[in-house]
Amino acid sequence: MEPTPEEGTAAGTDAVEGATGTPPPRPDRSGEVRTDSDLAPPLSGETYFAPGPDGEPAGLVAETSEGSQELTRRGTTGAGELRREVGAVLRLPEGVVVDPSNIDVEQSDDNTMIINMGPQHPSTHGVLRLMFELDGETVLRTKPVIGYLHTGMEKTAEELTYVQGSTNVTRMDYLSPLHNELVLSLAVEALLGIEMPPRSDWIRMLLTELNRVSSHLMWMATNGMDLGSTSMMIYGFREREMILAFFEKTTGLRMNHNFIRPGGTAADLPDGWEDDVTVICDTVLPRTDEYDELLTGQPVFRQRTESIGTISAEEALALSLTGPILRSTGVPWDLRRSMPYLRYDEVDFDVIVGTYGDNFDRYSVRLNEIRESIRIIRQIVEKMPAGDYRVQDKKVTPPPRARIDESMEALIHHFKVFTEGFKVPEGEVYVAIESPRGELGCYLVADGSSKAYRMHIRGPSFVNLQGLPLMMRGGLVADAVAVCSSVDPVMGEVDR
Amino acid sequence: MTTAVQPTPAPAGGSDSGGASSRAPGRPVQEVVHPTRAQYLAEVGRYRSNGFEMCADLCAVDYLTHPDRRLPDGVPHERFEVVVNLLSLSAARRVRLRVQVPESDPVVPSLFDLYPGVEAMEREAFDLFGIVFDGHPDLTRILMPEDWEGHPLRKDYGVGRVPVQFKGAPGPR
Repeated sequence: MEPTPEEGTAAGTDAVEGATGTPPPRPDRSGEVRTDSDLAPPLSGETYFAPGPDGEPAGLVAETSEGSQELTRRGTTGAGELRREVGAVLRLPEGVVVDPSNIDVEQSDDNTMIINMGPQHPSTHGVLRLMFELDGETVLRTKPVIGYLHTGMEKTAEELTYVQGSTNVTRMDYLSPLHNELVLSLAVEALLGIEMPPRSDWIRMLLTELNRVSSHLMWMATNGMDLGSTSMMIYGFREREMILAFFEKTTGLRMNHNFIRPGGTAADLPDGWEDDVTVICDTVLPRTDEYDELLTGQPVFRQRTESIGTISAEEALALSLTGPILRSTGVPWDLRRSMPYLRYDEVDFDVIVGTYGDNFDRYSVRLNEIRESIRIIRQIVEKMPAGDYRVQDKKVTPPPRARIDESMEALIHHFKVFTEGFKVPEGEVYVAIESPRGELGCYLVADGSSKAYRMHIRGPSFVNLQGLPLMMRGGLVADAVAVCSSVDPVMGEVDR
Repeated sequence: MTTAVQPTPAPAGGSDSGGASSRAPGRPVQEVVHPTRAQYLAEVGRYRSNGFEMCADLCAVDYLTHPDRRLPDGVPHERFEVVVNLLSLSAARRVRLRVQVPESDPVVPSLFDLYPGVEAMEREAFDLFGIVFDGHPDLTRILMPEDWEGHPLRKDYGVGRVPVQFKGAPGPR
């Protein structure tokens, strides 16, 4: 639909409805027919560029406060928005539109109640605010309100050189920082067009797989906590601590490592890393069986997870959900397998899928992914090649510390790399990897200078949160915590 | 895939240049298409019906300070660009659409009807760049507070800085 100035702010000109045919009006409880035109129109091009009172276009200043981010009452919610929350994601793949009036929007405001959960709620794993519309104890509509942790990291990235960039992105998804560093490094390296030495690829795989285990362990712990299994909380943190200790030994920090950098890694693995990693594998693997005993067979746990928060494969694809949520619906989509990066095509592992797409499937997908990751880690320990841990390109890689003392040129290179940074040729690239939460993408635009012109991170948690309204729908408010937990959102990445 | 779309080769300087090795892990083929704003919705719809099940990513770029970027012939250089990454799971293939959006009229049609998953991403692009997605059901700010003024990721939006307080410097009191 082309926005025409004549239409102006015509109430109810719902561009979306116009394309698909106006649904029949819904009878209200009071007997009067409420059509879409009675509802507040969603913001569209027409309303946005409505002429001001003096006939002049209002420009960009006037429209900075466009509307409430909150979940509003039905009477004041636009038809298109209701449709989004109620019926839009239920559309069938052939494009058949489900009539939202058939679903349950018959409810009037008198019977429902809007409540807040968060932003300061212990089970939302950060500052996530969920607004529910409840009918008794049943959740009808849900709206995640985010942005409480927004620190403008994409804007910050435009001010940092590529050398500094990984310090920035590692703070996004603080449960899997190495994945963030990896995706940025891969994007920068793709633009640079440099070929990475094999050992650096394998070191990166080792670290990111360990990070996947620690992230999933953290999820097991917090999910256990959300469901009242405090023991799992203790166990998950205990095992995760082993991995963090290894990270500390390797990278110097437990979190926010800044270890995987454009051009390789910051250092080689420490001496005796094989033993440390083997101990981790030998400890965590049998303990996953203990978790199995603790949770999988437990009736209370199963009742709180089975057929709760169900989502189908079509819905998950339509909502761009990735990672364990998509795999729990039975879609075997794992970027490590489907579009291999690093050397994932040289290791042997299974892609874990579920069947029903409910909380229990998401739990079991993650539990088994820990086992698969350990399987990968064991192969990495065997196959780790010798060689350089970073590319030997003087323009990208700082010279080794010892060379600085003896070579003027090395000193200059070192100085240049860390003050000015290296220049990346003009271009843009989209690189995606499989983070513990799904597809972690980085769209990087370079303008030929040493700073990123634009760095956009496609955060899997950010996108996956869109599945919450659908998963919560029709469930009990008591299960909302469990559903939210099973999506595994990391708010640092959602808000960036 | 039989589509009338001519996939424009990725502009030089991207993955095509540089490393000429056959094995390039982590460096997937960058397939880029440059539809106009008028073609945008139909183009995405064609990909949608040709097996691209998922819209992996949607973001915007403000080319205010880098206007002479490399674009194929015939594609006008506008200030904004909306970048859509579509993903075909069945073919394990990605395609990227770059739509030029002029500064004077930053409106593009929303992809919400084709991919409901762009809901949050379009809101983010609107919030941070002020690009309006016509037909989006709930185009409000998503990351910034709802009473925020301006669109922070625009290049003419200044970066806030906190002055560094050195030790020994006279304090505020």
